[in-house]
Amino acid sequence: MNRITKVFKEKKNNILSIYYTAGYPGLGDTIAIAAALEKAGADMLEIGFPYSDPVADGPVIQASSKQSLDQGMDLNLLFEQLKELRKTVTIPVLLMGYVNPVLQYGVERFCKACAEVGVDGCIVPDLPMVEYEEFYKDTFLKYGLSNIFLVTPETSVERIHKIDSLSNGFIYLLSSSATTGQNLQVSDTTAAYFSRIAAMELNNPTMIGFGISSKETFDKACNYANGGIIGTAFVKSLPSGNLEENIETFMAKFRA
Amino acid sequence: MNYFVNEKGYYGDFGGAYIPEMLYPNVEELRQNYLKIIGDADFQKEFHHLLKDYVGRPSPLYLAERLSKRYNANIFLKREDLNHTGAHKINNTIGQILLAEKLGKKRIIAETGAGQHGVATATVCALRGLECVVYMGEIDIQRQAPNVARMKMLGAKVVSAVSGSKTLKDATNEAMRDWINNPVDTHYIIGSVVGPHPYPDMVSIFQSIISEETKKQLIEQTGNDQPDYVLACVGGGSNAMGMFYHFINDENVKLIAVEAGGKGVDTGFSAATTFLGKEGVLHGSRSILMQTADGQVVEPHSVSAGLDYPGIGPQHAHLFKTTRAEYVSITDDEALDAGLLCTQMEGIIPAIESAHALAYLEKMKFTGGENVVVCLSGRGDKDMDTYMKHFGF
Repeated sequence: MNRITKVFKEKKNNILSIYYTAGYPGLGDTIAIAAALEKAGADMLEIGFPYSDPVADGPVIQASSKQSLDQGMDLNLLFEQLKELRKTVTIPVLLMGYVNPVLQYGVERFCKACAEVGVDGCIVPDLPMVEYEEFYKDTFLKYGLSNIFLVTPETSVERIHKIDSLSNGFIYLLSSSATTGQNLQVSDTTAAYFSRIAAMELNNPTMIGFGISSKETFDKACNYANGGIIGTAFVKSLPSGNLEENIETFMAKFRA
Repeated sequence: MNYFVNEKGYYGDFGGAYIPEMLYPNVEELRQNYLKIIGDADFQKEFHHLLKDYVGRPSPLYLAERLSKRYNANIFLKREDLNHTGAHKINNTIGQILLAEKLGKKRIIAETGAGQHGVATATVCALRGLECVVYMGEIDIQRQAPNVARMKMLGAKVVSAVSGSKTLKDATNEAMRDWINNPVDTHYIIGSVVGPHPYPDMVSIFQSIISEETKKQLIEQTGNDQPDYVLACVGGGSNAMGMFYHFINDENVKLIAVEAGGKGVDTGFSAATTFLGKEGVLHGSRSILMQTADGQVVEPHSVSAGLDYPGIGPQHAHLFKTTRAEYVSITDDEALDAGLLCTQMEGIIPAIESAHALAYLEKMKFTGGENVVVCLSGRGDKDMDTYMKHFGF
């Protein structure tokens, strides 16, 4: 069983997933951050591979991506670093990034490298569902990778069912149609949207992301989904000071 | 061979809609409606009325006699520089603002490099009374101050893109982020034949008025609607696609697309995408783009801000790969010289973008009597600083 499937089987709610950018703040911090996050209570990790033109991201993740690239991060180096991943990290790990670096690396070569280092799935926001189904799905399945799709408040019911049928891990619910790093406001319409999804009884579990920055917003997310994903708020906490202490302090708020 | 978009939004291997889910409803709404709206008789009537009485179309097809003598061929200039706002860009913004109204949008966003598309967008927003936000790279804001002033006077809000390289590519990223954050009431007027399907097709349809008129004018002036050559400059490629559109299936018409070679294709300061690029995905479509081995987008260079873009539209990538059009490059210096030559031989100061197309005439060999159409996509008023510095006037 894939580690993602396993975590949702063993722990049905309050699942906490953390996003961070590989090679940031220090180029060599990728594995240390993963290990510290698991130790501090994260249930799942999303490691961002940086891209020069991240259109779905707000300023914080853009800046971390740029710094990482400037320091020399690329997919070759990332997979080299990830060879150490499974020596210390047991929780599910996804890679998140844009489609062009994957295309240049080679889709099959990318999937194979993921499987070899123990990556469980991918989130590629600008890879369209129709392209995935036609050109990528078989390769992803061959290497046992989950592909995670995004759903927004504007996504139609019909499309959500289609996404559910193609998903094999969880579905990533965006709190609003927005770039990363906005604040989660659970207004009446957002609550209605989350409830609408919950009532659809999808085959896949759901995680809410985009805009979760505090225990309060995380708890709100957990009312409607199996858990929440934190990205920008975590990346913001990293740049200065001791890495492990920063991570412990950050995570203590959510695991209190 | 099909050179136009297929039902899946592709031109051969290129095109598609590589967009995050947040943009899917907007782009899908466009995809489902654009042909229906554009094909509607009332829309066509209004579009052509504005092109005629507001933009000043048809733009002349002018036989440039002194240039013709110099090159030993009949050099026809398609005078897009005479359009209202000074370039071909307004053909597209008129079309898209009418389309945005039909879709019930209240707010318009756009990206701009040199500022020509930004001005053309701000102009149609003023014309129709819609809110307008233009994203422009911080560096371009500094080097194109007169166009920034025009946009502001027209009532647009100009937002500085401070991410990445702070030029056109980053202005495009910021516009896409704005659209993600404002999905319901906003229409994004992309200024070139780039972006997710249906943008490349939609923009080329609006720009195709250029070749539609040219064919009629060629019949009047030469008795034959098929010239020997058609030339246009290519950044993203909207004037070239408009200039090529109705000639694409006339296989005996040679199409020449002129890219910005910058300081020279091999100098590391160039925007010659087909020479330096590889297949990949940028700004929502699969095309050819300048990138590192790791797939990071490379910053281009051109003296002309309008050609300073690391990709080309997907239809151009298809015309290049199938060899239906020939892609060549012209350096900064060659373009500036050609701009001066056109000014002093024909009394027309061309935009430096358009001067790239003119410069390629110097490299062609004519036997006499060939009919050659060059798209003079814009006027050079905005480039006076660059011309004056370069030539020391």
